[in-house]
Amino acid sequence: MQDLPESVEIIDVVADFIRTKLLPQLEGHSAFHAMVAANALDIVKRELKIAPQENQAEHGRLVSLLSSEGSLEDLNRTLCEKIASGELTLETNGLKEHLWSTTLAKLSIDQPKYSAYRKSLGV
Amino acid sequence: MAQKTTSDETKTKKDTSLEDMKAFLAKACQAHIDPSAELMSLKRLSGGASQETWSFNIEVAGKSLPLILRRAPGGQRDADKETALPLATEAALIDLADTVAHIRVPPVRFVLASEDNLGEGFIMDHVEGETIARKILRDAEFEAIRPDLARQCGEILGRLHAIPIEQCPELRAAPAHEELAQYHQTYIAHNHPHPVFELAFKWLADNAPKNPRITLVHGDFRNGNLMITPEVGIAAVLDWELAHLGDPMEDLGWLCVNSWRFGQIDKPVGGFGQREELFAAYEKSSGIPVDPEQVRYWEILGTLKWGIMCTLMYEAFRNGTDRSVERAAIGRRASETEIDLLHLLAPQNQ
Repeated sequence: MQDLPESVEIIDVVADFIRTKLLPQLEGHSAFHAMVAANALDIVKRELKIAPQENQAEHGRLVSLLSSEGSLEDLNRTLCEKIASGELTLETNGLKEHLWSTTLAKLSIDQPKYSAYRKSLGV
Repeated sequence: MAQKTTSDETKTKKDTSLEDMKAFLAKACQAHIDPSAELMSLKRLSGGASQETWSFNIEVAGKSLPLILRRAPGGQRDADKETALPLATEAALIDLADTVAHIRVPPVRFVLASEDNLGEGFIMDHVEGETIARKILRDAEFEAIRPDLARQCGEILGRLHAIPIEQCPELRAAPAHEELAQYHQTYIAHNHPHPVFELAFKWLADNAPKNPRITLVHGDFRNGNLMITPEVGIAAVLDWELAHLGDPMEDLGWLCVNSWRFGQIDKPVGGFGQREELFAAYEKSSGIPVDPEQVRYWEILGTLKWGIMCTLMYEAFRNGTDRSVERAAIGRRASETEIDLLHLLAPQNQ
């Protein structure tokens, strides 16, 4: 067990520091990169919160879709091969739902403000 | 390439220093424009990965002349960026668009010669206007012109695609299967599984347009490369570095990719207009009917292409070429194109 602060707290305060203290003192390319840096920390924060459950759910769906076992990466590689070969198509039971669930989870971490993500949530 | 918000200041330090560059630039302008030309300012603009863009002013007979220098990064052409045109070819194309198709472009002043010591590139006029999509799509000053932009795009593309191929400089030919093969190679090299990209590659391979027309294609006609003013709308079409010969519907589809709508998802043409307006103006100016399905094909290909470009830009971070935060973070934007691809190929509730 690690001591406090938790990793999410550290990321939070660093992102906040960049935005409120650092950014106002910068301009041009440096300001742009600082903003990107703060946004990147937000991605890590969301990933720490969201990915554990989502990755587990994705793994479960892949096991049933592919009827095989393996790591998340191995199963994703197998899925890719089967889509490329045409063995699995959008008509395959569960594929479309799997791709949507996985992609929505990615967006909830990477870019929850993205227009197409908000649209698919009906926001 | 399509990213305008990146720039690597360290790169310019590696080659000629800024002071040397100023001296060479002044000399070049004296040789090609006016012997009395004096360099007043020089500023690096945020630029693409395969080209540097610099803004500068010269003073000639008491008058200030705003100019733009486009050159290969550090003055040297990167052999890895094989899709980008040699800069002299880009300059020739800009001239062609201007004189043959009467498309508004920044007039080319001169192409750099080897004795200019500035590498490969050219000098063109600085055209006033706005390229930042968020401003064009949101600011009040563009409100009146915004509804006309989709029509203007159709009109311009119709004329662009009518330029006789025989008049074009030597260009690579890139019909759909070529583009797909190229981006598939990049995807394979990235070596990270993207099931949604696989779905798109498969669909695109199975549904490629049969015997499309082949014309000059701009290759990057979208928000960011269109200089807009509140008065006239499109005041200049910029960034011709990805021009090639291909299916003209590629330009229409690329313009509709959601990545260039900057949040205005319900206005598919660049976030400012509807497809019907684009198509009607295109048909009127070119006399050639638009097949919306074919445009959709290229919108899907364009969406995939941008997703792969995001992974490619991340690769520059991974392999140590560019350890910037921006290059790292852009890898996480590939997922934006995945959700766009799902909306296009596997809509929810259907």
